[in-house]
Amino acid sequence: MKDTDKKRVLREMLFARRFEERCYEAYVERNIGGFLHLYPGEEACAFGVLEAAKPGHDYVITSYRDHVHAIKSGSDPKKVMAELFAKETGVSKGRGGSMHIFDVANRFMGGYALVGGPFPLAAGIAKGIQMQGGDEICICFLGDAANNQGTFHESLNMAKIWNLPVLYVCENNLYGIGTRIDRSTAVIDQYKRVSGYNIPSAQEDGQDFDLVYKAANKAIKHVRAGKGPYFLELMTYRYRGHSMSDSNAYRAKTEERMWSGRDPVIMLRDRLIESGALTLDEYKEMDTAILDEIEDEVIRYAAESPEPHMSEVEKFVLAENDPWVKGGVQ
Amino acid sequence: MADIMMWEAIMRAHDEEMANDPMVIAMGEDIGVVGGTYKATMGLYDKYGEQRVIDTPISENGYTGLGIGASFLGVRPIIEIMSVNFAWLAMDQIFNTAAKVRYMSGGQLQAPIVIRSPGGTAHQLGSQHSARMEKVFMGVAGLRVVTPSNPRQAYGLLKSAVRCNDPVFINEHELMYNMRGDVSEEEYFHPLEGSEVAREGKDVTLFGYNISVHWCLKAAGLLSKHHGIEAEVVDLFALSPLDREGIRNSVSKTHRAVIVEEAEPAVGVGAEVMAIINEECFFELDAAPVRVSALNVPIPYNHAMEKAALPDENDVVQAVRNMFGI
Repeated sequence: MKDTDKKRVLREMLFARRFEERCYEAYVERNIGGFLHLYPGEEACAFGVLEAAKPGHDYVITSYRDHVHAIKSGSDPKKVMAELFAKETGVSKGRGGSMHIFDVANRFMGGYALVGGPFPLAAGIAKGIQMQGGDEICICFLGDAANNQGTFHESLNMAKIWNLPVLYVCENNLYGIGTRIDRSTAVIDQYKRVSGYNIPSAQEDGQDFDLVYKAANKAIKHVRAGKGPYFLELMTYRYRGHSMSDSNAYRAKTEERMWSGRDPVIMLRDRLIESGALTLDEYKEMDTAILDEIEDEVIRYAAESPEPHMSEVEKFVLAENDPWVKGGVQ
Repeated sequence: MADIMMWEAIMRAHDEEMANDPMVIAMGEDIGVVGGTYKATMGLYDKYGEQRVIDTPISENGYTGLGIGASFLGVRPIIEIMSVNFAWLAMDQIFNTAAKVRYMSGGQLQAPIVIRSPGGTAHQLGSQHSARMEKVFMGVAGLRVVTPSNPRQAYGLLKSAVRCNDPVFINEHELMYNMRGDVSEEEYFHPLEGSEVAREGKDVTLFGYNISVHWCLKAAGLLSKHHGIEAEVVDLFALSPLDREGIRNSVSKTHRAVIVEEAEPAVGVGAEVMAIINEECFFELDAAPVRVSALNVPIPYNHAMEKAALPDENDVVQAVRNMFGI
């Protein structure tokens, strides 16, 4: 990848970081309600994988920690923030919220709140791709703790026997809500668990954009070539608690310091500075511009957008005027 | 008209819909090579191939979720869950995804799947193969629930369900696949909402659905013959949404109502129909509505106990006699 592209990615990753940090503030300000799960610390996973994919062409599906995956898939950050503010202009018209970001026009097939729920949905999307005969793939991002759900095993099995074009990306952040992985999971290395389904897999450093990008390219090449599913495990860390209601008291400060010393944004920044493609001043200017953009455009749009009409609270439960409900047009 | 069995009617609906639209697929346990436990997909594997007639692993939540995901891309899966008891395992995907995805995506996605599954109590299948789960499905917003009482409905409901853009649960019955009935030779789409008057009457309305329609019809015959009571039988083939208008019209005519359900009474069809009667036509009533239900027990293996746990036409007759004080 060229340095100019890496600079673009750095800006996107920094934007994602600042977006999520601003969400935290908006939650404290009570502009965002419900549950809020933030992504800082894990950015190289989404950006490394989706930079290697074709966002908007390939289908992406994930869990409730979904804002950044949607934005990298092509969603307008203003509309994502408007969704968090529960506005009609939100990607899901204010009906979904943080855990249910949907942007089907960009083939972002949603954030889902049940841990492990998207595993079979991703396999099904891949089945749809297979039936349509296109070259798209489905990329499913989930955390390590989702792998203790039955859907993990059921979906890997089906994806393999039917040779489905699906890439499962495991963002292994070492905690399932507040329980450390070695206390909940018999095998720490998640990629090893996939061998039981005869699916190729790899483990990579999820903090290093370049390494993730390289591993994802290999994985995506495999899936797009029609060779069936692939499982990519990325070792990463979330800086905040599982959600805003999580005090994060269960993690040692030494562990947190160790991981923040391997920050994905800073690692990519320093690499670009080392190569002479970027200066620290340029980076600071970039950061200031991003903060201004988020405040002046993203937050402003969300704050000024209208609420949904209460007369539409029963809309979208069932299809409207579906002729087959009456037995068709006869 | 053709006089065919219920399984043949369901198989014919599959066949026609698969021939009509290459995105229609069938999936489930043993539905392909074997042709289905109740023969409802017999011959389809040979005709349409393994890409469209899919023998799934025994992973109910997994393959139901897979069908839902495929439906996001325009695939129209007809998912057979071999026994409704196994559908408990797929509740996560049915309720958390299929029923809610249109709403929580602001109308961007829909899950036009059909889930067919036999519920009900057959002969001595024991507690874990005798569930009656329609009440569970009808309690959740975003799903349609229909339940055929004869081959004509089974055929036409499946045809409409495949084409409808909502997720539809079709509650079939293990004892009814060999039931015979007339089905039009011409293509027919049954409405997914409404009710049917299976027998006209003026003195009392017997509300039934699926197998209990037949208990109601037998009871109506006995009541006419022995007591001179002319019961109207209303077939609630649509359980969600229920036909408020049809319920009101019949009760407004007969002024008395008995709801007959194969399931345990709590939080069931009887309770719901009774609530609708209260809301729609309470002042039309000449007697308090009653329900005839199963006992509130897991279904026993012992044949006599099994029979004792379930209602039949004699219980319906007794309920009407009590209502009339005869």
